[in-house]
Amino acid sequence: MDPILTVEHLHKEFDGYTVLDDVNMTVNPGEVVVIVGPSGCGKSTFLRCLNGLEKIEDGKVLLDGKIINPTGVDIAKDRQKIGMVFQSYDLFPHKTILQNITLAPVKVQGRNKDEAVREAVSLLERVGLSNKKDQYPRQLSGGQKQRVAIVRALIMHPEILLFDEVTAALDPEMVREVLEVVLSLAKEGRTMLIVTHEMAFARAVADRIVFIDGGRIVEEGRPDEFFTDPRTERARRFLDSFEY
Amino acid sequence: MSPVIESIGIDVLFKGNNMMRLLSGLMAALKISMISVVLSIVIGLVLGMLMTLNKPAIKVVSRIYLETVRIMPQMVLLFIVYFGATKAMGLNLSAETASIIVFTFWGSAEMADLVRGALISIPVIQYESSYALGMTGLQTYLYVIIPQTVRRLLPLAINLITRMIKTTSLVMMIGIVEVLKVGQQIIEANRKSSPNAAFGVFATVFLLYFIACWPISLLSRYLEKKAA
Ligand SMILES: Nc1ncnc2c1ncn2[C@@H]1O[C@H](COP(=O)(O)OP(=O)(O)O)[C@@H](O)[C@H]1O
Ligand SMILES: [Mg+2]
Repeated sequence: MDPILTVEHLHKEFDGYTVLDDVNMTVNPGEVVVIVGPSGCGKSTFLRCLNGLEKIEDGKVLLDGKIINPTGVDIAKDRQKIGMVFQSYDLFPHKTILQNITLAPVKVQGRNKDEAVREAVSLLERVGLSNKKDQYPRQLSGGQKQRVAIVRALIMHPEILLFDEVTAALDPEMVREVLEVVLSLAKEGRTMLIVTHEMAFARAVADRIVFIDGGRIVEEGRPDEFFTDPRTERARRFLDSFEY
Repeated sequence: MSPVIESIGIDVLFKGNNMMRLLSGLMAALKISMISVVLSIVIGLVLGMLMTLNKPAIKVVSRIYLETVRIMPQMVLLFIVYFGATKAMGLNLSAETASIIVFTFWGSAEMADLVRGALISIPVIQYESSYALGMTGLQTYLYVIIPQTVRRLLPLAINLITRMIKTTSLVMMIGIVEVLKVGQQIIEANRKSSPNAAFGVFATVFLLYFIACWPISLLSRYLEKKAA
């Protein structure tokens, strides 16, 4: 089975300062890879390199064997295959929930409006928010907004989903409702790359854990191994900083 | 001609093109404000977008431009452009052209600053989440950035237009000198045939200005209320 995503020798700098150094990774269809690591180690930057939101200094990102080029003519098309949900609420404030979700399928993919609305409503039902479809983002709680953001990514039928600390900005009581949606996506076999600080969730959802520190992959392995018996001292220290 | 009309001196207005001469002064002032507002909106939109490009040269020039406009009272600018162009540079500018230049110069600067402010107030994440959904740069502008910018811009732009219309009263005041001069000429020319022309002419001038300023004042008050 060919991998969906391949990252080879990725090197990323900001103003001459190295943020990601020789990062290599493959993600296979249906695999859920969770990236953990201390704040500022380069997790967000890594995800942003994958869909061309950041240009890279060296290395390659391949989706289905095809190079992702941030400045290439195909980048908008390639990004349709990569769903991304950010940490901060990024819904379009001037559009209703339904409009937020159907904008891209209709305008970008040229899909039939009625069909897009039908799918949007059924996805909203799935995350328990169909009654909010005609409201505006400001009328929703943080957890509800993140669930809508997930639906907005799903309706594009992406091959891989990137989640960048989607619960980090939420009040604690809303974290669960969002993580449950992500868990259900994992159960139905979606290919996902998840950055999170929720260690119990990481352990539950991951097929593989990737630990990044200082812009490098320091350790990689099965979640039960990583969480009970990390091989590196740095991973051990990182895990010790969490009480879970 | 009825004796009443003759006795209050309105009769002169019906002689020759006297009425037209009075009206044209007024129309000129209205024209100046309308043209200036439209030009300012168009130029301001383009300039404001350029100002967000982060090019140092554009930044410096636009900064100087904005500061100049803010420091200089419009009256001073008007004199500089009108007399500067005619006397110093030997150009033959009409008062009308000079006014349009000055008000457009001023309005464009203010408008550009509003557009720039509205554009940079849109968070980067709005662009990025649009790109992440597969939108092109153009689609992102069209469906996400411009609608939000317009929403933020609208009340501010209405406020600016209101101020521009109010400043027309300045042009009106300059214009009234013109109209009074024309009125004076009409009175002089008709001294023999209509001895009471002075009253009729000035009353008409007053009425015309009232008729012109009243809707403008109403409109600006309406726009202001809408913007609030
Ligand atoms: N746009 C940027 N310009 C300069 N430095 C940046 C930028 N974005 C991130 N960085 C730096 O890159 C490093 C990695 O950041 P980030 O990927 O956000 O880390 P993480 O998501 O793991 O917390 C940090 O040192 C951060 O300060
Ligand atoms: Mg981050």
